[in-house]
Amino acid sequence: MWLIDSSIGRKLIMSITGVLLVLFLLFHSIMNFVSILSPYAYDVICAFLGANWYAIIGTMGLAAGFIIHILYALILSYQNLRARGNNRYAVKVRQKGVSWASLNMLVLGIIILGFMGLHLFQFWSKMQLIELMHNMGAATDAQLTALAAKGSHWVQYYFGQPIYSVLYIVWLSALWFHLTHGVWSMLHTLGINNQTWLPRLKTFSYILATIIILLFMAVPICGLLKAGPLFSPESMYNPFLNI
Amino acid sequence: MEKNINITLKVWRQAGPKAKGKFVKYRLENVSPDSSFLEMLDMLNEKLISERKEPIAFDHDCREGICGMCGLYINGHPHGAMGGTTTCQLHMRKFKDGETITIEPWRSTGFPVIKDLIVNRNAFDTIMQAGGFISVNTGGVPDGNAIPIQHDKAEEAMDAASCIGCGACVAACKNGSAMLFVAAKVSQFALLPQGQVERATRAKAMVAKMDELGFGNCTNTGACEAECPKNVSIAHIARLNREYLSAKVKD
Repeated sequence: MWLIDSSIGRKLIMSITGVLLVLFLLFHSIMNFVSILSPYAYDVICAFLGANWYAIIGTMGLAAGFIIHILYALILSYQNLRARGNNRYAVKVRQKGVSWASLNMLVLGIIILGFMGLHLFQFWSKMQLIELMHNMGAATDAQLTALAAKGSHWVQYYFGQPIYSVLYIVWLSALWFHLTHGVWSMLHTLGINNQTWLPRLKTFSYILATIIILLFMAVPICGLLKAGPLFSPESMYNPFLNI
Repeated sequence: MEKNINITLKVWRQAGPKAKGKFVKYRLENVSPDSSFLEMLDMLNEKLISERKEPIAFDHDCREGICGMCGLYINGHPHGAMGGTTTCQLHMRKFKDGETITIEPWRSTGFPVIKDLIVNRNAFDTIMQAGGFISVNTGGVPDGNAIPIQHDKAEEAMDAASCIGCGACVAACKNGSAMLFVAAKVSQFALLPQGQVERATRAKAMVAKMDELGFGNCTNTGACEAECPKNVSIAHIARLNREYLSAKVKD
């Protein structure tokens, strides 16, 4: 099978899963931005994406995308290390035009993966997972179950603590670097590039990465500044209020 | 005329493919800034021979930047820090008096060291044999203008064909990938009408051979393009991806 036997095939797998993950990030970042504008609207989105069949199928597809992307990152990195040989250069210089991110995609990926564990524990396990377990008949804490679809509550709870806001900002910075190389690189691997579009796609890459990361970062930054309807001291948000 | 310079060379010495290599320091005095890098190495070798020591083995041929034979990893750059030049076209005026210059061979699994600074680049020939050709009927020489070719296509094919197969792309790549070389060779034919017949089989055969010979997977860092003495663009890599993927999808 050429898709897994050839270098370009393996890179195509990285590229296609990359496209899916970038589209997911774009959706996720827009969704998050809603929480600082209107906490109640965000809760409606969270309820919509709870333990419903379409959300579960989406989550499974997403998980598969992540796993394949990470698995192939490890396989390709191992093969590349072997192709480099046993002897390393004594003098190493980073060439002009070679971005730091492009040389450290694996390291950035590992940082992103580590923080993703924390993120899944803080949000996913308290939202979709608990609802799923509850629906399947497992004994779950009544208060946590009631809060499962109240995304804004968890956003308020975690980003009200400066330590988590700072950690998430660090995480998102690593993601920004990963995306600045990843976005144009995945298009390049798909063959969608030429002499004219090379600088344009690189610029597009930086713009898209910056938009996604700024939308994401708006939430922890609001948390740090105690600003907006969710984080200000006068916040009237109550997860159990039905409007 | 500029003053002659004194330099220290840190050269990789390795007796054979299996032997363990190490760096050896040499001091060379009174080097003319007008001499080329290879002439400077000739000077050192003459000195070593007169001292009844083993001269340094390095590859070179035309010494005018068109054959692709020379290739030294100088101070962290294939062909030295100066862009768009081969090692033989690099001159000593680019170095300072008293400078220590580190010279290493290409280091990659695809290019094993034969001796000192010489590496085995047969892999590139093997890749070319797999598909880097066109088939034509022999006979009279066809008229040069018989096949019309769009100007920009001809220019781009020529830019790709300027690749001299020196292997600097593989040497510079953190993944030891030969994608820039293969992309240049696939592009030069894919862009021209003469290359259309074997277009799909060429892309498939050359990529398969490249993978078989142990070169790495391209991660689009662009180090190859930055170090290429002929400034071959990584846009050709996008074309190779396109050629390969469309050939496979058609199957």
